[in-house]
Amino acid sequence: MKRFTWFNAVSLTLGFAFLYIPMLILIIFSFNSSKLVTVWAGFSTKWYVYLFSNDAFIDAAWVTLKVGFISSCAATVLGTMIAYIMVRGGRFFGRGLFSSMIYAPLVMPEVITGLSLLLLFISIGLDRGVFTIILAHTTFSMCYVSVVVSSRLASFDVSIEEAALDLGCTPFDAFKSVTLPIIAPAVISGWLLAFTLSLDDLVIASFASGPSSTTLPIKIYSSVRLGVSPEINALSTIMIAIVTFGVLTTSIISKRAIKRKRLEEEQAFKNG
Amino acid sequence: MSETDKTTCFEPWNEVGKKPLIEFRGVSKKFGALTAIDNVSFSIYEREFFALLGPSGCGKTTLMRMLGGFETPSQGQIFIDGKDISTIPANQRSVNMMFQSYALFPHLTVADNIAFGLKRSDMPKSEIAGRVDEMIKLVQLGNLGGRKPHQISGGQRQRVALARSLAKAPKLLLLDEPLGALDKKLRQETQFELVDIQEKLGTTFVIVTHDQEEAMTVSSRIGIMDQGKLIQIDTPDRIYEAPTSVRVADFIGDVNLIEGNATTTANDKITIDWAEGQPALTAQTTANIKDGTKITFAIRPEKIAMSAKRPDDALNAIEGHIHDIAYLGNISIYKIRLASGHMIKAQAANTRRLSRRNYTWEDKVWLSWTETAGIVLTK
Repeated sequence: MKRFTWFNAVSLTLGFAFLYIPMLILIIFSFNSSKLVTVWAGFSTKWYVYLFSNDAFIDAAWVTLKVGFISSCAATVLGTMIAYIMVRGGRFFGRGLFSSMIYAPLVMPEVITGLSLLLLFISIGLDRGVFTIILAHTTFSMCYVSVVVSSRLASFDVSIEEAALDLGCTPFDAFKSVTLPIIAPAVISGWLLAFTLSLDDLVIASFASGPSSTTLPIKIYSSVRLGVSPEINALSTIMIAIVTFGVLTTSIISKRAIKRKRLEEEQAFKNG
Repeated sequence: MSETDKTTCFEPWNEVGKKPLIEFRGVSKKFGALTAIDNVSFSIYEREFFALLGPSGCGKTTLMRMLGGFETPSQGQIFIDGKDISTIPANQRSVNMMFQSYALFPHLTVADNIAFGLKRSDMPKSEIAGRVDEMIKLVQLGNLGGRKPHQISGGQRQRVALARSLAKAPKLLLLDEPLGALDKKLRQETQFELVDIQEKLGTTFVIVTHDQEEAMTVSSRIGIMDQGKLIQIDTPDRIYEAPTSVRVADFIGDVNLIEGNATTTANDKITIDWAEGQPALTAQTTANIKDGTKITFAIRPEKIAMSAKRPDDALNAIEGHIHDIAYLGNISIYKIRLASGHMIKAQAANTRRLSRRNYTWEDKVWLSWTETAGIVLTK
């Protein structure tokens, strides 16, 4: 597979072109000095300046971060609890049904999730705002967390937990001092996933949000309907930069960890 | 038959009135419709090295997990030091377990793994480090205390697991296939070390294994399990030399099983008619066997002598042809085909080089043994 062929080169180029050309254009035009999105009129960073002086965008960004942080934390706690019960709870009545019900929201159309949450909030008389968006995001992202965490738990040697009990831990102590540190990477990636999903979400947030609370995706979507402004390009470029930074950092960290572990294992093997 | 070695006078199971450390009373365990343990009653005494031996799925691990507190009996009671422990959870028992997978905590160093149980005991903090050092010395881990489990070799991990389970000085240590993951040479060395450590500490050890050599090497007594039942508990030599049933004889080591009908000739002697055209066998037995009873005569391959001519003084001698030879280096196992169709295994030490072997394929040989060489089994 190492050899260069035209077929490989073309498929690589095409694939990456499809993925990245739209984003590249967006980034380029965010530095356009013209107000017209489609005409290049020279390099400028003025749209970034405009963006940061636009209170509506800053507020929306703040709401999004707040919602993302709180809902992903709540989803991580709840999702981990569910995963633990499903994998370690032993056999109980309806377990099969429950564990497949965890996956159901993953394939449920977002519109339906959003609508049913909206109906729930109205029927219990909860005013829509930041709090309801947090509730809604917690609801749909905790399934993702529980899927990630339960796959880690399932591949984890149960006797490690039994050893902790055997050495005098209470079940809670065993979870805290043995299980949690071992599944921590899965819990963290579950949190990151929940956070990203919350940042991205437009559909469910628009059902759950009220007049006083607008998240960034809602704000972007509504302003684009009035015409694409270069400010949006600037904002999107910032978001791409943040995401790229996040992805690169995590992959570098995990690659280094794997490399170090392999080196140490080789060393252990040599020491025999 | 040979008596238990009289030089070791450690036989608490023979002392009248000796209180056992562990006692199972009519213990059964069911998983749904499956009976994993079927009405088991037995005792283990202090300072014993007790092996539970059996094929996989015989219930030996379940029996051990009940001692550890990871399973509760469906029926019956388990006593440790006279106290019923059936309902005491694992973390409150003075029993520790060494797991088959070692179950080391991957995020903790070797020293922290060993200290884990101590930190959760009532040992003063100031003494923990000293105890950890003591355990590291006991299992000869040298200066590996600061390493993580993935930074040490399999054999070293096994030692960490042993040190961790011994650190709290439990009354009883359970070992679940402790050497299963080691290669043969390391396993044999470690077996002797395990015995040394057990003797030094005086802790009662219960080991679960499917490896009969391991059970014979380390244990003071062996309990043979089959399909949820303990079918014989005895010292290793008696298990081998005096099995009480065909299943035990067949499970431990290699054995020839010959079925026949018994006729009592003298006080403790019987003759066995076992095949047409073959001379009847003579065997000694203390069991009271009625004439005409169907019995199984069990004889180990190494108790059978092979010769080219019929030995003059042999009580039991039969003729056959060599069907197959398995060369194992130190010994060879000969499969001998009899005229009656029986296949008998005989074993001979290879005291000579292979090129000078006495017998080869299709040679006619005589098999002979004394009247005390085999065992008469009625079940």
